[in-house]
Amino acid sequence: MNERPILIQGGRVIDPSRNLDDTLDVLLADGKVAAVGRGLGAPDGAVRIGAQGLVVCPGLIDLHVHLREPGGEHKETIQTGAHAAVAGGFTAVCAMPNTDPPVDDPAAVGFVVAEGIRAGYARVYPVGAISVGQKGERLTEIGEMVDAGAVAITDDGYPVSDAGLMRLALEYAQTFGIPVASHCEERSLSKGGSMNEGAISTRLGLQGIPNAAEDIMIARDLILAELTNGRLHIQHVSTRRGVAMIREAKARGVRVTAEATPHHFTLTDEAVDGYRTEAKVNPPLRSAEDRAAVIEGVADGTLDVIATDHAPHHYDEKEQAFDDAPFGLVGLETALGLAITELVRPGVISLPTLIERMSCAPARAFQLPGGTLAPGSPADVTIFDPDEEWVVDPTTFVSKSRNTPFAGRRLYGRAVVTVVGGRIVWERRQLRQ
Amino acid sequence: MSEVAPYLGKDLVGLQQLSAEQIRAILDTAEPFKEISERPIKKVPVLRGKTIVNLFFEASTRTRISFEFAEKRLSADTVNITASASSVVKGETLVDTARNLEAMRIDMVVIRHSASGAAQFLADRIRSNVVNAGDGRHEHPTQALLDMLTIRDHLGRIEGVKVCIVGDILHSRVARSNLWGLTKLGAEVAVCGPRTLLPADIEETGVHVFSRIEEAIEWAEVLNVLRLQLERMQAGYVPSLREYNRVFGVTRERLERAPRDLLILHPGPMNRGVEIDSDVADGPHSVILDQVTNGVAVRMAVLYLLAGGAPERVEAAKQAPSGE
Repeated sequence: MNERPILIQGGRVIDPSRNLDDTLDVLLADGKVAAVGRGLGAPDGAVRIGAQGLVVCPGLIDLHVHLREPGGEHKETIQTGAHAAVAGGFTAVCAMPNTDPPVDDPAAVGFVVAEGIRAGYARVYPVGAISVGQKGERLTEIGEMVDAGAVAITDDGYPVSDAGLMRLALEYAQTFGIPVASHCEERSLSKGGSMNEGAISTRLGLQGIPNAAEDIMIARDLILAELTNGRLHIQHVSTRRGVAMIREAKARGVRVTAEATPHHFTLTDEAVDGYRTEAKVNPPLRSAEDRAAVIEGVADGTLDVIATDHAPHHYDEKEQAFDDAPFGLVGLETALGLAITELVRPGVISLPTLIERMSCAPARAFQLPGGTLAPGSPADVTIFDPDEEWVVDPTTFVSKSRNTPFAGRRLYGRAVVTVVGGRIVWERRQLRQ
Repeated sequence: MSEVAPYLGKDLVGLQQLSAEQIRAILDTAEPFKEISERPIKKVPVLRGKTIVNLFFEASTRTRISFEFAEKRLSADTVNITASASSVVKGETLVDTARNLEAMRIDMVVIRHSASGAAQFLADRIRSNVVNAGDGRHEHPTQALLDMLTIRDHLGRIEGVKVCIVGDILHSRVARSNLWGLTKLGAEVAVCGPRTLLPADIEETGVHVFSRIEEAIEWAEVLNVLRLQLERMQAGYVPSLREYNRVFGVTRERLERAPRDLLILHPGPMNRGVEIDSDVADGPHSVILDQVTNGVAVRMAVLYLLAGGAPERVEAAKQAPSGE
């Protein structure tokens, strides 16, 4: 690396991976963390960043984003998505394979890796498909995809309905030490549905998706993970029973990690009222009880990871009758603010726990570099202002898409500077001295 | 007449958003419109010069014709657009359709669409008045209004009347609009049908739920019998039409065991021998054709009120052209 060293001075350094929470300096050099300590001297030519009053932490990692490239470049590209990521304080993102064509072979994995490097913002880690064409019929060349850079496999968007295939995936993936990420949805129960099943779907006359559609698949996958001793990662958990089953499985020693999304811990199905397509998402926004269970799951660590399920869509696609609009909402640029506003400020979790859920635990779950400021680790650092008050304005998003149900919402906490591999890739406020 | 419609607001999207007063105003306004259809020359100048588009994305015979008669008898200029479900139901077209209609400076749109929320979608995007003629499973407000007018005609009141809606509640916009409208006017509402065709958490709306038609008949003063669509059987919600008729069919034998005479409504079109037997549909307590007659009057009232009319000025409006 030819970048100049960076000395981040006087910030509140929080690194849960080393139980660190103190006012310290962080020195980055040669793309790595060089030192963390008090009164560090700046090497010649170093960029000095004054971080007084700000939090300095290992870069945030989002295990669940849809960057839409190839095939959906009108919604997002790897470049715009990786740029939106650093704007939101993320230094690494894991790109889901449900593109067109899907990322189901080593060449496609290599394409995502190369585009990620070319973009030069957040690190982009491809997640390969479980099955060829995401058709749920036979396994992809998982080993070759891992060699090409895939960090996990999933058929997100097209859940594996065949339990036998899921078993094979959980077994075979162990050969390469990667987890199987599962979008849990029993399609025979969710088919035709466009929102949570309940009093509001009844009133709006929209077909509901019952909790059972998710619960049944979570139960199945937990049982299969136990059978195979495979590593299971359950994506975007939205139901109270789902949280309870994962909690119980973890207590039994099942190797499972799980995600909570900001929209599921912030909103309920009431957000859909008025046929608001920005709030149409899969799994759907659920009841107040489910939302409370997701929050509880984040608090006690049952849901180890906060992930966005960033799902950009073109405005034309959301400007439709509710049934016709696609599922999904963008999350990269609002996740940190929502987590601080909804979880940290009300006292559900501390800032160190937040960073654990958004950086350390994601790194461990997918065995990614980062998630720590230990000397020698990658110089991926997020500097954020936990108290900055701001209002979500989708027109200012770096992402190509604007489909958020949070427009106009007042949030606290926002990324200020994002450093990836020792390079400043996002700088919303001038902190260089 | 004023630009703003004081009684209903800009649109009629559903009965859920209306107050009891607004619903009563529509029913009261429908009364003086009834006689127009009995005249030899069935035309008054109430909406002269107004342009109304009937935008039907979903097949409909009686609702579309009923609206068209209401419009023509009020002297409006009407255009019918019917689009086959396959080619134009996509929302992108709906946006473009809305913009095009807006550009042609029309006054009102009557919309029927297979997607719940389509009427609201259109209402939010154009300045013209929008009347919901049925959107997906959401609402069909004018159908419920004509049902209520028919009940009031025959029983003299709606408050306190026990009405049971029978059949496929899950997929029915008629059921939802009836439920909101009747509840607001103080009726007691029940639903009866196979559990597979009742929506989630229906009890939370405050209705009684009967799983047997015999219990519903014993309780109710009015039965509003919904059509059982053939595709419900194909989708497996009910195993067969024969069994549906045996378990939920409104038959003369069942009605004869009732403690009182029941008023029988059906929004049509009927499946004789499935949800309703012919001797009930054609029997002395059936008011099914009165519903059809009332449909025209109710729709006239809705169009008149949305155009800015006041309930107390109907008689004057029938004499003189609107806007003068």
